[in-house]
Amino acid sequence: MKIKMPRWFYQLASPKWFYEFTGVLLPWFSAAAILLLVTGSIWGLAFAPSDYQQGNSFRIIYIHVPSSILAQSCYMLMAVAGAIGLIWKMKIAHVVAGACAPIGASIAVMSLATGAIWGKPTWGAWWVWDARLTAMLVLLFLYIGVIALNSAFENRASADKATAILSLVGLVNIPIIKYSVEWWNTLHQPATFTVTEKPAMPPEMWMPLLVMVLGFYCFFAVVLMSRARIEVLQREKRSEWVKRVIVEY
Amino acid sequence: MGYFSSFSDFLQMGTHGLYVWLSYGIALVIFIYNIVSAYWLKRQFFINAKRRLRREQGTV
Repeated sequence: MKIKMPRWFYQLASPKWFYEFTGVLLPWFSAAAILLLVTGSIWGLAFAPSDYQQGNSFRIIYIHVPSSILAQSCYMLMAVAGAIGLIWKMKIAHVVAGACAPIGASIAVMSLATGAIWGKPTWGAWWVWDARLTAMLVLLFLYIGVIALNSAFENRASADKATAILSLVGLVNIPIIKYSVEWWNTLHQPATFTVTEKPAMPPEMWMPLLVMVLGFYCFFAVVLMSRARIEVLQREKRSEWVKRVIVEY
Repeated sequence: MGYFSSFSDFLQMGTHGLYVWLSYGIALVIFIYNIVSAYWLKRQFFINAKRRLRREQGTV
């Protein structure tokens, strides 16, 4: 099965092009990440109103929600990149997938930890085995599985293939996380933001949240590009352009 | 300026100071971990690569 893709898609597959292009993007995303995260944190901690029921523990939302969103998005990217690598035999896709795993795992830990800390004053419990929490824990285990599988093979191509397949098998967990609060009776609250209705949260509360979500994504882009670039150099180390990069470092 | 009337109120977060600051602290640690580990991987690569090139070519 060969699907015809636009020219830029195949250009993207060139490791040298990827290295040069990400090199240009990195400083911009770094600046954006710092700006957005610092602004969002200060805004959320010091300027946003507290919740009339939860008080100031509500401010944990500015870490918990962005990390939860990112942990899931990162997984989706990892699985899609794996699929692209499998279908079009593109090394770069596997590089990106491999770079996603450790980052996604750390962000999943952030989501679970801040969720537990928020849960204690709110629900009286650090942890409950409700659908969403359990599915997020499964997500962390999947990330760890991908990381372990990726380093278990002598042959790079086999590692790439196995990792991609595991990522894709675990992809079903993402809609489970998302819809868990609708399908089951859960302790975790239902979605505040939907496509169809007005949010159940005033702008003074969700504006810093939006800033933090964007900041988290920019941060992710920076770390992903950094890790992927090193992997590209590693895989292409026999080529002339990489030798030049090494010499010039 | 801001929601809290004093800096000590800000630190205490009502009764939830421990929870809020622990959460933001964990987030900071994880951010730093990500940055440091990416930087460390880069450093390790270039140190090893330069050493290897020197061995192979007699140049740096």
